[in-house]
Amino acid sequence: MAALSDQLLVVAILGYLLAMICHAVEYAFGTRSVIGRAAARPERERVLVGAGVGAAGGSAPVVGTKLPGVDVPTPAGGSRSPRAVLAGRAAVAFTVLGAVVHLAVLITRGIAAERMPWGNMYEYLLSVTFVGVVGWLVLLYRRPTLRHLGLFVALAMVLLLAVAGLVLYVPIVPLVPALDSYWFVVHVATIAVSSGILLLGAVPAVMYLLRHGYDQGKRSFPYSLGARVPAADTLERLTFRLHAFAFPLFTFAVMAGAVWAEAAWGRYWGWDPKEIWAFISWVVYAGYLHARATPSVKRPVATWIAVLGFLTMQMNLYGVNIFFEGLHSYGGLD
Amino acid sequence: MSVDERGTGSEAAPAGVVEAEPPAAGGPGGVGQPSRVRRTPLPLALLRNSWRQLTSMRTALILLFLLAVAAIPGSVLPQRNINIENVNRYAVEHPDLFPVLDRIGGFDVYASPWFSAIYVLLFTSLVGCIVPRLRDHVRALRAAPPPAPKRLDRLPQHAVLTDSDGDLAAIAAVLRKRRWRVVVRDDTVSAEKGFLKETGNLLFHFSLIGVLLGVGLGSWYGWHGNRLLVAGPDNAFCNNLQQYAESKLGHQVDGSDLPPFCLELTDFHAAFLPTGQPESFRATTLVEEDGAAPRRESFSVNDPLRLDGASVYLLGHGYAPILRYTDRNGEAQESDDAFLTIDGNLTSEGVAAFPDVNLDPATGARNPDLQVAFEGLYFPTTPDSPPFVRSTYPAERSPGVMLFAYRGNLGLDAGVPGSVYRLDQRQVSSGRLKQIGEGKLLRPGEKWTLDDGTSVEFLGTRKYITISVRYDPGERIVLISSVLLLVGLMPSLFGRRRRVWFRISPVPPDGVSPADPLSPAPAGATTTSRSSLVEVGGLPRTEYAGFADEFDRLVAATRPEGGRPDGARDDGAPEDGAPEDGARDDGTHPGRARSGGATEEGTD
Ligand code: HEM
Repeated sequence: MAALSDQLLVVAILGYLLAMICHAVEYAFGTRSVIGRAAARPERERVLVGAGVGAAGGSAPVVGTKLPGVDVPTPAGGSRSPRAVLAGRAAVAFTVLGAVVHLAVLITRGIAAERMPWGNMYEYLLSVTFVGVVGWLVLLYRRPTLRHLGLFVALAMVLLLAVAGLVLYVPIVPLVPALDSYWFVVHVATIAVSSGILLLGAVPAVMYLLRHGYDQGKRSFPYSLGARVPAADTLERLTFRLHAFAFPLFTFAVMAGAVWAEAAWGRYWGWDPKEIWAFISWVVYAGYLHARATPSVKRPVATWIAVLGFLTMQMNLYGVNIFFEGLHSYGGLD
Repeated sequence: MSVDERGTGSEAAPAGVVEAEPPAAGGPGGVGQPSRVRRTPLPLALLRNSWRQLTSMRTALILLFLLAVAAIPGSVLPQRNINIENVNRYAVEHPDLFPVLDRIGGFDVYASPWFSAIYVLLFTSLVGCIVPRLRDHVRALRAAPPPAPKRLDRLPQHAVLTDSDGDLAAIAAVLRKRRWRVVVRDDTVSAEKGFLKETGNLLFHFSLIGVLLGVGLGSWYGWHGNRLLVAGPDNAFCNNLQQYAESKLGHQVDGSDLPPFCLELTDFHAAFLPTGQPESFRATTLVEEDGAAPRRESFSVNDPLRLDGASVYLLGHGYAPILRYTDRNGEAQESDDAFLTIDGNLTSEGVAAFPDVNLDPATGARNPDLQVAFEGLYFPTTPDSPPFVRSTYPAERSPGVMLFAYRGNLGLDAGVPGSVYRLDQRQVSSGRLKQIGEGKLLRPGEKWTLDDGTSVEFLGTRKYITISVRYDPGERIVLISSVLLLVGLMPSLFGRRRRVWFRISPVPPDGVSPADPLSPAPAGATTTSRSSLVEVGGLPRTEYAGFADEFDRLVAATRPEGGRPDGARDDGAPEDGAPEDGARDDGTHPGRARSGGATEEGTD
């Protein structure tokens, strides 16, 4: 079972790699105008469709709803290359495949270890990335026009899983007694889910910054990527919603960790390096939410704070396990 | 979030948002109230200005960042309250840097003046921010929804019902049923919803204060002590300060406050995997509390022993070899001092000292030159062949103790406290304590006879555990506050404040058709056969993507026949809607029209 899990990891990475390639193909073939238009318009189209139905079905009682024009929604109007569409669909299919295999990696690993697969950094990173990819697919389902972000999601998945497999890999061992607690399960599960979503949230955040720079006329390298991503507004709202969703969960996860720490070590908070960096991330994300709620803070500034929060999360994920000595250093990397 | 365009003083955009704009150069106080400013003495104005600055959202943001940055050194430098040995090692390794860093609190970051200053300022800012907000919120909760603006068609959401029977009471009833706060004035219904957002926000921020208070209470009234506890009735301990190897009492606690209880370790069980990784631990103890009969209690990692007024946490474990020394007079003494584990396979090192042996048979006086001590390494699983330096497995598969014997003056009378786990090296180097022969490996039951005919016998081992005994009265407050914090956070993040107005016009309003291109003339408004016409306007006061949907459903629900079924457009969770955002963008600048009346809604 353990060996199967390891082999499946390779398959999962391959799946994401193929997804990445297909996304890249779509990206290369897709024309800016199509993507730009389709991406900027999804809500409006939906609402229009809705309004149309409403009007037709209900003898037009509701009139004058403040919606622009009556143009017929043409989701993929314009000169859309069929090759690009095909590549995009294939990319999503490969992502789904990757995610399914990814889940299988976790399940087989869990079966082999006879416990939840969250005992060390390798397993933990696999779980976080899985949450990230599921979050991505859910998002994609609800907002198909965001598909172009998939290139970056797939890239992140390939890189992270490769790091997991090559750097962090450890053979299966059961949990040490300190980790044998229900609160540990709750804590790690919620941390993994919230980290996964925050990880995902960083994608639109960075895209937004690129797009915003592009919209401001910046054409140099990183900003040139902004040409092909969805509208700045859409990205910014998405960034916020992912963070707003993940923040309470992350808060809860930290609290669960504190409850567990109380039982395991006798204190709920002891400024262990892991705790310190969780605190830092929490404060930075709280800063992001504040900044975004404050009209005098510009949206790009607020979004930079979210990116900073993401960096602190990464510091906690890798840096703390590798560089510092602490109670949480169970990464298995000694 | 704070898309509140106008902040009628009831939510969002209060203090923080308004005062975040720095006042005009040199102008003390708010720009908007020059007459009052002139009457205020300068120092007071300055004070008020600083207070405003402090409670502004911008300051809160800066303080939040300072707090995050200030927390970093604590993860890079070793901290006294976590691991004093690492701090000492750092001092040795960086003799130049250490004193400098130490002076600025680098090794006590979370108790340092600068860290404290940041969070004290932050919480002051917090109080300054949320107390007025609470007042405003209470006021808003009591106030009736504001009257309808003149031009409902200028609102982000607008609809005209041509088939309504114009029954305002019925409309109000529908709204009330959907938990809107409703007031009917003449020909209009005003309704407002979503106060929970601000309630949650306030709850969240007040809970933060609760957390801080709980932490403070814990550090004032809490205490803890750490010690090692060897199995057996002779090694039982009762809770008082002298019994702890290391202890810390809160400012408000003294030694006599410790709850009385006694603890004896009767059994310790550890299970290991074949690789040597620990699998489970369990300590069984006899507890005597408040003079009650001793009771048996077991506890383990993650499952502390909860006593009245303290909890006992299992931190570690190890072995204490039992050595019996028989002296020249044939007197035997036993020692079961704990040996400290030095690796994962529980190789342990320690000392068994016998200061009161080889006494003068006549006088019973100590002979300082005939004291005996054994320095040793204990291996729960002894390697099959020399060198005997490391245990090969943590459980006792083939125990053995490697002893080095010393005779002479142990230096215990010198009054210099030494480690109980090491011999006093000064005595050894000065020659007052001499090693006898080479080291010898003893298996359980084996005896080693020294050159003077005295002997030492290895009888076996006792288990020991290291424990932390703790009391933190702030814990419960922190926990409750945290739960409330979380409870408040949800509505604060996901709540949406919004308003709707219904107005009845007896005749179709020809004037409704506005110039605003975003709001096309209500087609069909003039073709109605009914005599009354209901105009509806909706205003999301916080960013609320699904408002258009909710608005439509609401409008449909107020139609006499019930209109088209609810949720005709309800195809999932609310999506980000462009219309609302447009509203925000062309709305007034937040906070600018703070004192404006409701009739100005959306007329910028
Ligand atoms: C102790 C540090 C603080 C933390 C961790 C914190 C955290 C948060 C969080 C997570 C939110 C998000 C909820 C939301 O956006 O609705 C929030 C909202 C808010 N906070 Fe704080 N806060 C702190 C201090 C402050 C201070 C000092 C102020 C006043 C200057 C303040 C004013 C606000 C306001 C006005 C909102 C609501 C924004 C809105 O939605 O309109 N907070 N806070």
